[in-house]
Amino acid sequence: MKKNTLYLAASATLGLMVSLLLAGCASGPTVAELDALTDRIVKASFRTQGIANVERVTATDETNRACSEADAIGKRLDEKTAKAIEEANFKSIRWPADGKFLGDWRQGEAIAQNGRGLTWTDDAKMANGGNCYNCHQMDKKEISYGTIGPSLYNFGKLRGVTDPNSPEARAMLEYTWGKVWNAKAYNACSNMPRAGHMGILTEAQVRHVVGLLLDPQSPVNQ
Amino acid sequence: MNIFANWAVPLALTLLSALPVVAQKTASQGIDEYRAMLADGNPAELFEAKGEDLWKKARGPKNASLEKCDLGKGPGVFKGAFVELPRYFADTQRMQDLESRLVTCMEALQGWDGAEIAKTPFGQGEQTNVTALATWIASESKGQRFNLSQNHLQEKTFYEVGKRLFYQRGGTHDFSCASCHGEEGKRIRLQDLPLLSKSPGDGVGFAAWPAYRVSNGQMWGMQLRLNDCYRQQRFPYPGFGSDATIALSTYLGVNAKGAVSVAPALKR
Amino acid sequence: MADPMRIRAQAAGDKTTVRVLMSHEMETGQRKDAAGKTVPAWHIQEVTATHNGKQVLSAEWGTAVSKNPFMQFVIKGAKAGDKIAVTWKDNKGDMRTDEATVT
Repeated sequence: MKKNTLYLAASATLGLMVSLLLAGCASGPTVAELDALTDRIVKASFRTQGIANVERVTATDETNRACSEADAIGKRLDEKTAKAIEEANFKSIRWPADGKFLGDWRQGEAIAQNGRGLTWTDDAKMANGGNCYNCHQMDKKEISYGTIGPSLYNFGKLRGVTDPNSPEARAMLEYTWGKVWNAKAYNACSNMPRAGHMGILTEAQVRHVVGLLLDPQSPVNQ
Repeated sequence: MNIFANWAVPLALTLLSALPVVAQKTASQGIDEYRAMLADGNPAELFEAKGEDLWKKARGPKNASLEKCDLGKGPGVFKGAFVELPRYFADTQRMQDLESRLVTCMEALQGWDGAEIAKTPFGQGEQTNVTALATWIASESKGQRFNLSQNHLQEKTFYEVGKRLFYQRGGTHDFSCASCHGEEGKRIRLQDLPLLSKSPGDGVGFAAWPAYRVSNGQMWGMQLRLNDCYRQQRFPYPGFGSDATIALSTYLGVNAKGAVSVAPALKR
Repeated sequence: MADPMRIRAQAAGDKTTVRVLMSHEMETGQRKDAAGKTVPAWHIQEVTATHNGKQVLSAEWGTAVSKNPFMQFVIKGAKAGDKIAVTWKDNKGDMRTDEATVT
């Protein structure tokens, strides 16, 4: 007794698999066929749940597509493509409407500590966290920090930001804002999420995070 | 609530302040000691006992046991089956991991509705039995080395699909599996992250699930582990036993070739 | 009826080490569920152990003991073949006794 597949996913794949086998590939499917099969499997396997829409994986942007491909092959993106991606992401940066880059570092620390939001068990009404300590060291007092990203301890101090309101500090203010808003504007295949661009943090929240990093009074710069 | 939780943090802080040399490892060392103390008496054994019982008990609309279930090494063979999964199955003509294969057997031998079980959330209804069965089957390969087949075309194909999935960025945070598991020696907060694009060694990564998680007192199979990874990556929901989860397991399992399985393990 | 305990009793010279893994939710009565309602207290209150019918251990447990608790204790004067029995009683009046043979 041949019990047919239990899951919808399997029957979608079954069709493609059979046609691949019949296509006479003695040496197995080509790279393009595997890419297409992966897309089919993704569409058949994932579903919308809570606030996590299926488009999050079926309709990713060119940045994610290009970087995923490069990662899977194990080769860096070529310079031209990387530059194009960085420029496109830079164009999308929304600079502070009132020209204020620095917010309240105390609120920035709370945002950095908070890892919640945007999962399928989260509530859309809740404010999202920045997830920062998952990957970075910041306030030296916090021992529970990750090492996926570089340490940001003394971020402003190391960059010579003593007076954020001075003209000398302007470039660093912009860079920091831009990096938090859209990290891919500076490094095409960065591991870092695009907090502003992807709607993880609001403009106000980004302002507080920049404060945490650049305010000379912030614990990060002590 | 674990009685050890209260002093683990002070212990970690004491260790940190006692050593003048900045040791990112020191807090981790404190946590390792805490884990070593927990290691005795793994509650996974309770699930093993339940799983063994479920394998032998006549249940379901057909009132039959699972003792004829074929996990890849022949009907009824459970020793050594875990370390060869996922694999291709001729009767269903698809790649299957342990949990989806158990559901296949529960349907074919006992008459349960497989699609219903797949739809049931983890920790509820028949899913708790699938977890217990998976825990016991895994224990029957404890100490053995992973040895997934790559002979069948579908096995090779699913490895390739799994590799693409491993590196596929998506969700609001642009995370892929590789974001956390693509580099050696990294950690998220204080949780060390194994590199999973190759064998991470004995008893780590693919070789450490199913596992009992002390922090929430739950028994997790690989399906739930992958499910919760995707949830934290802000992805949409991967269906239970879906091809994506099986392809990813195939990639991880083939990479773990030669690694010793310690499942069912104990996690924080 | 609750899931069975796992009991192992190993004799080494005059000392026998008994290890017990119990299956129990051990709700403290402080936790709130996803809807915000307090999950009622449900935990083991009393544990006793006997050696060949004679009580060798008695304990009162409260809410500080974790879910699926593990307990280990040592007794003197037991030998292979002896019977160890462990009983727990919880605040809902449920109870469970399981037995093991000393190896």
